[in-house]
Amino acid sequence: MVTDEQVRAIEEKALAIRETIITMLVEAKSGHTAGPLGMADIFAAFYFHILKHDPKNPSWEDRDRLFLSNGHITPVRYATMAHAGYFPVEECMTLRKFGSRLQGHPERERLLAVETTSGPLGSGLGQASGYALGARMDDKKFRVYCLMSDGEQDAGNTWEAAMFAGNNKLANLTAVMDRNNIQIDGVTEVVMPLEPLADKYRAFGWHVIEVDGHNIRQFIAAIDEAHAIVEKPTLIMAHTIPGKGVPDIEYDYRWHGKPPTKEEGERFLAQLRQTYAQ
Amino acid sequence: MLNDSLKLRADLFDASAQKPTRDGFGSAMMELGEREPRAVIVCADLAESTRALAFKMKYPARYIEMGVAEQNMATVASGLANYGKIPFMASYAAFSPGRNNEQIRTTITLNNVPVKIMGMHAGVSVGPDGATHQALEDMALMRVQPNMIVISPCDALEAHKAVLAVASNGKPSYVRFAREKTPVMTTDETPFEIGKANEMWRSAAPTVAVFATGPLLFEALSAARDLEMQGIGSVVVNVHTIKPLDEGAVERAARECGAVVTVEEHQIAGGLGGAVAEALARRAPTPIEFIGVHDRYGQSGEPAELLREYGLDAPAIIEAMKQVIARK
Repeated sequence: MVTDEQVRAIEEKALAIRETIITMLVEAKSGHTAGPLGMADIFAAFYFHILKHDPKNPSWEDRDRLFLSNGHITPVRYATMAHAGYFPVEECMTLRKFGSRLQGHPERERLLAVETTSGPLGSGLGQASGYALGARMDDKKFRVYCLMSDGEQDAGNTWEAAMFAGNNKLANLTAVMDRNNIQIDGVTEVVMPLEPLADKYRAFGWHVIEVDGHNIRQFIAAIDEAHAIVEKPTLIMAHTIPGKGVPDIEYDYRWHGKPPTKEEGERFLAQLRQTYAQ
Repeated sequence: MLNDSLKLRADLFDASAQKPTRDGFGSAMMELGEREPRAVIVCADLAESTRALAFKMKYPARYIEMGVAEQNMATVASGLANYGKIPFMASYAAFSPGRNNEQIRTTITLNNVPVKIMGMHAGVSVGPDGATHQALEDMALMRVQPNMIVISPCDALEAHKAVLAVASNGKPSYVRFAREKTPVMTTDETPFEIGKANEMWRSAAPTVAVFATGPLLFEALSAARDLEMQGIGSVVVNVHTIKPLDEGAVERAARECGAVVTVEEHQIAGGLGGAVAEALARRAPTPIEFIGVHDRYGQSGEPAELLREYGLDAPAIIEAMKQVIARK
């Protein structure tokens, strides 16, 4: 359950995270824009409500584990972690720069709290499944979450992992798919059609919930539902808008993998504040 | 003569005891089952032929079936190791680390989690299955990945020790095994330490150093014994660890003999020969002849005839030893 006040607080964090994403991408001069903006609400919900974690003790043994399979949207994770207190928000401006802990794609050894190294698509769900299975063998109570993209549903490894998690009934694993319908070369249903995605996961032994990925209340309710499913893993298909909050780039696949220029960044920040002014 | 201090089998040259090196994986896992609760096996539908079956029967909860899914085997193993288990990936080397190389790179070695990759059926001596199943590039694939340890045991007993050693080294590790029975050369007392090469044979006045890895070590020792009878002395070093290479031992033997032959059941590019050549080019440039597969794929056949066809047996090694001495 979540109160109106809590939802508002999470939404405020999401706006701050989006501002940081745009600012850090302008500074980095490379990186991905659409995915991070589209996932800001879900990351805010995770770090400010859902996850059991301690930013001051990132290796706390009983923390929930959040795996990010599509490592290219890591700016949203870095920005969220900074706002949650893992490191100063100013450090976000070192993204993709030499010597930074904030690599272009996340690396566990440089920043332990990202849990794993990712970027090459399709390998996060298997890792999260192995982690969840190990934890279940030892009767651990923490939960394992795996965030993944829709584009990486093209990858065979994703489906091998989906089959594995279903077969092993990994109820301590919850996957969240960013269903934003875009990938580098275009719209997912044009590049390599994925539908009916929810049915595919159900056929692989998963409980599937579809939500509006920008509706905090709906998303948290879906997480609560996932926790209540004890006989199988759950997939939350979060329908999101790539570039959410910046009307100039929303839905546009061409913003998958490029950063805003300084001028664009200023315009996007103004649009963001206008979008969320209400 | 054979190095006494290594406590090798007295009847080594009779090849009276023969076992596939993969048996060493099976026996070591049974030992680990007993004393290392974190050890688990992830296996891609090959329990019997990888020798994981006994462990599966005795410790079913710690045997994780992947189905025919080597990429996912690597990522699941990464997750298990990241959590705190010691996962052993059991499959054929042609598929793992063959098919799943990128998953190993990103989620195991770059991620630096202690997954143990057990590559079975390495080399042309796999025999009748043919080229698709004869891994000849696995050591090269594993050697170029930072953080990875690469071991190629010479017999089933050394394989047993290698598996126990990687279980407790806390690092991503690759161990390579053969399918067919091969001579057991070592004993339980023979020392094994990751990264420390063992000098197995030494003639009175050696003029060529042979660095061998895997079961072909037996062919190298046979070649050394035969050549000694012809009045040509050598040393034979068991380089069971390809990475980290025991560069000190390699350099000492190369300097002493002034000529080198490397012996491996692997492509000459990127395996033991490549590793030795790279080290000696820096430390002690020395003429080298390479016994290995020269940029070809394998094929079906009986192991012995394949070793002959690819120039990997004792007569071919003798030839190479003479050639390299002539190049001094």
